Amino acid sequence: MISAELANNLLAVAPEILLTLVALVVILADLYLPAENKRITGYIAGLGLFGIAIATLILVPANQSLVLDNTLDTVEEQLLWGGMIRSDDLARIFRVMVIFTGGLTCLMGMGDRRLNYKAEFYAIIVIATIGASLLSAAADLVMIFIALETVSISLYILSGFIRLPVTPGQEAEQFAMRSAESGLKYFLFGSFTSAFFLYGLTLIYGFSGGHTNIYEIGQAFGAAGTEGFENVVTDTIPLLFALLMVTVGFGFKISAVPFHFWTPDVYEGAPTPVTSYISTVSKAASFAVLVRFMLAVFSPEELLDVATSSYSEWWVQLFAILSVVTMTLGNLLALVQRNIKRLIAYSSIAQAGYTLMGVAAIATTQAGDGAASVAFYMFMYVFTNTLLFAVVILFTNATNSETIADMAGLSRRSPWLALAMTLALLSLAGIPPAAGFVGKFLLFRAAVDSGLTWLAMIGVLNAIVALYYYLVVVKVMYVDRSEDDDVPINIPNPYPLVIGTSAAAVVLLGTFLITPLNSWAEAAGLDLFRLIS
Amino acid sequence: MEEFSGILTGVLFFPIIGAIIIFLLDEKAKNEARWIAAFATGASLALGLLVFFTYDVDLAREPHDVVNAQGDTIADPENPEQNLSSIDFQFVDNFVWVEDLGIRYQLGVDGLTAAMVMLTGLASFAGVLISWGIEDRPREFMAMFLLLVAGVYGVFVSTDIFLLLFFYELSIFPMYFLIAIWGWKETREYAAMKLTLYILIGSVVALVGLLVLYFQAGAFFTEHPNLLPATSDGAYSFEFNHLHIAAQAGAFDIPGYLGFDAMTMSRFWFPFIFIGFGVLAGLFPFHNWSPDGHVAAPTAVSMIHAGVLMKLGAYAALRLGVQLTPDGARVHLPWIVFLALINVVYGAFIAFRQRDFKYVIGFSSVSHMGLVSLGFATMNITGMTGAGLQMFSHGVMTALFFATVGMVYDRSHTRDLPSLGGFITKMPMVGVAFILGGLVSMGMPPLSGFVAEFPILIGLWRGIPEEIWSNPDWATALTEGGAEYYRYIVLIAVLGIILTAAYVLRVTGQAFFGDFNEERYPEVSENPLRIQDRLAIIILCVWLVVLGIYPPIMSDKIESAVEPVVALLTNF
Repeated sequence: MISAELANNLLAVAPEILLTLVALVVILADLYLPAENKRITGYIAGLGLFGIAIATLILVPANQSLVLDNTLDTVEEQLLWGGMIRSDDLARIFRVMVIFTGGLTCLMGMGDRRLNYKAEFYAIIVIATIGASLLSAAADLVMIFIALETVSISLYILSGFIRLPVTPGQEAEQFAMRSAESGLKYFLFGSFTSAFFLYGLTLIYGFSGGHTNIYEIGQAFGAAGTEGFENVVTDTIPLLFALLMVTVGFGFKISAVPFHFWTPDVYEGAPTPVTSYISTVSKAASFAVLVRFMLAVFSPEELLDVATSSYSEWWVQLFAILSVVTMTLGNLLALVQRNIKRLIAYSSIAQAGYTLMGVAAIATTQAGDGAASVAFYMFMYVFTNTLLFAVVILFTNATNSETIADMAGLSRRSPWLALAMTLALLSLAGIPPAAGFVGKFLLFRAAVDSGLTWLAMIGVLNAIVALYYYLVVVKVMYVDRSEDDDVPINIPNPYPLVIGTSAAAVVLLGTFLITPLNSWAEAAGLDLFRLIS
Repeated sequence: MEEFSGILTGVLFFPIIGAIIIFLLDEKAKNEARWIAAFATGASLALGLLVFFTYDVDLAREPHDVVNAQGDTIADPENPEQNLSSIDFQFVDNFVWVEDLGIRYQLGVDGLTAAMVMLTGLASFAGVLISWGIEDRPREFMAMFLLLVAGVYGVFVSTDIFLLLFFYELSIFPMYFLIAIWGWKETREYAAMKLTLYILIGSVVALVGLLVLYFQAGAFFTEHPNLLPATSDGAYSFEFNHLHIAAQAGAFDIPGYLGFDAMTMSRFWFPFIFIGFGVLAGLFPFHNWSPDGHVAAPTAVSMIHAGVLMKLGAYAALRLGVQLTPDGARVHLPWIVFLALINVVYGAFIAFRQRDFKYVIGFSSVSHMGLVSLGFATMNITGMTGAGLQMFSHGVMTALFFATVGMVYDRSHTRDLPSLGGFITKMPMVGVAFILGGLVSMGMPPLSGFVAEFPILIGLWRGIPEEIWSNPDWATALTEGGAEYYRYIVLIAVLGIILTAAYVLRVTGQAFFGDFNEERYPEVSENPLRIQDRLAIIILCVWLVVLGIYPPIMSDKIESAVEPVVALLTNF
């Protein structure tokens, strides 16, 4: 009989354990399966991840448990593995999100013929997902860094995954070159910002008097100068410097301006399923850890035991400004793009900008609205972008082109694909019945609630700019004609599953499932505002 | 509190379900798509007529005191003798949707929206009939058209602000599609984009204002729980009546907003909300999308557009602007009246100058919608009732205009007025219908135009109610001494009506009278009117005459809806 504590500890990392098993099974299956059946590895990875996502939803302990009777009520109880991870509702909502989307990405990889159906591809995706899942729950500087690097290094490899084909053709060579370039670029930028990030973490470690758990660090900063916390450094310049260093690392991962320069090139060059993964899973997990990290390390007064000083005001201002710059620049640059993947790259920069609005709102609303809106937005965003990229892959396969103008006549070639793409674009633009409307609504709501009405105003004006370039794509698909109007587009398996699932999620999250998802997100937000007693 | 009568849900869901069924049809099923669309809009129209004719005015006029959770009647905190009252919505469907945020699926109509629901039914049913001849992807056309209609219905029947905005934005995307794909080839992409962006910008700016009010109301009710109505889900709610009570209790009138002594939340946000939705009503200087949009749109969409969508803007401006921030309305409407005046006169002038048949009608809509805004700006019962009647009358009239213009254009393939002529000899029914619409447009008795425009002008002449300008605590430079400049506005606005007569007569003469050129327009004889076209014309014409001859059929209901608005504005 294992003790309840051990059970909780094991259950809290059950997703990662299961993910590791799936990765191993995929690699082993690749060794033993005959060549013509190797494609099955994609199904193993994809469906395996779906299963783990459901298991995570049901099994992993948190404040509210769906099935099991293992609720963790206080922060102490939620901090498991010696404080390495915190198993709360925020962790769970983001884990479900990243694991499920990881599964969709695996299935998506099966249809991109440039990937040659390699099993390594799925295995690395699964390993990256382990990192993303841990990142959603990480509560310790060391764990944050390890998880972040697990995601990053896997993605550096995946970005450069397209290799030179055996029988080189001009076009294939070009794709391979661009993929290699994007992998290298991603790696250089990534390692550079990782260094900054690590530097920031070490400074925080030192200033806090030698803590690595982010909650302990936060309490130490809050109580600086009182008994037992005499050696905590809270001088403005060093602490602000540390905050900025850390922000560089996070800003890179979520592609916030001015750390976004890699985004369009990597998005364009990387294999499209990988682009999708970078823009969804990697970004969502980074937002999870960003929300948790900022709220814990630079806590607002309400979260501090002894509050001699609070530093939340700093980063609220910082992220409000980052949000404005990110969404405005992202949207404006998206206006002039001709390549669909570059367009989505800039649009995803802008989306990060909107989400930062919610991040800026987390500290000033105690009801957890800010964190809830970030969770809701990311949840609907990962499905939306997956849907978008799934259509883009099929379109690229059919036309061998990524130019927006070549999407002309898509509505005649494949009405359902065009409809799915339209749905995704409308969701990004925030038009109902797609989930983007509710997502944006919640972000604006959180911003207004925390006194950032000006930020919400800038946000809505940006939504107008965004609507323009999304509608231009819709127009090309529906109004413009092409010579291949009557050539239908082939939709191979398992694409109907990928597109169907994500499209259903986008519509349902914007209509009938608002209530459950929102309650879950609110619970996750409230969890963050639990005091350490 | 859960209620369900199902009628308004039916109105709303017939088009939605119709659209889904049409989407699932086979691509070649053109006729099936048309019949399903006709059935869906027809069923909604039937329910809409039922709603309109069985709306109980007496019930609406009874006092609607609000009780709090303890069962006590809630009195105005500043004036204990005055009880706060809610708006009486009938045919209510009411469920919790998102409990944490205070969002409900709540439908209901008052006297004004009952008329608007019927108007939407008339225009959409006639629109489907007139689109019978569309051969380019009719399946998609009908599905999108039904979605647009559902969005419009949704706005009129929602009594929860989130739901209202949901439907408002839901109608944006089918509208873009309909114009960009089936519109006039020369300008459709430009016009569709322009229209969509204009409409979205207005509504999202208003959205921020509404969120601010929502949070203020929540904070206010948390502080004063005894003022919270028993029907509300909690302090934070998007229900219209919840926010309406907060507005009456003075939650938005706390001075010192943004650090200015005289500034209150309602005064700051009223222009954003009113003008934000006013964009869709074609309010000057944001009217620019409207003529371009009307001209580029296919006939049925122009009908819905000018006929119903512009009313949707005016309605939302009234309901969310005036009724939620009445103090802002008192301050700002006395200058917004000038914008409305420019609409009336300038719109008519430009219409007079146009050579393009559809642009004439497009600018005439701008001009007529100005009269609606003028009616709102009077802040008295006569003017506001006139505005409500004008919304209906203009909706039917302009739908008829666009229908007839579309029929002429389909056969002549030109809208250039000087090269048309003599069409009444070949298409007598269309000619007569256009002339009838023209007479309504000029405000000739005994047609609906007169019934609508006359009260607006009388209301303007009477000016702002005395209770407002004579209140010693409350005066602005504009309303001092009773806002006598309203009378000059009447004098100038009448100029717009004269100009209307001028352009209507000119257009009628150029298009329908004179010599008919048989060689140039052979299609007119080859391609007679379909039975559906005739039916659409009749449905629309009947209402113009009925309302003109017997106005109480509608004026009573609209009056019952504007009385609470005026009471709100005159009660401090």
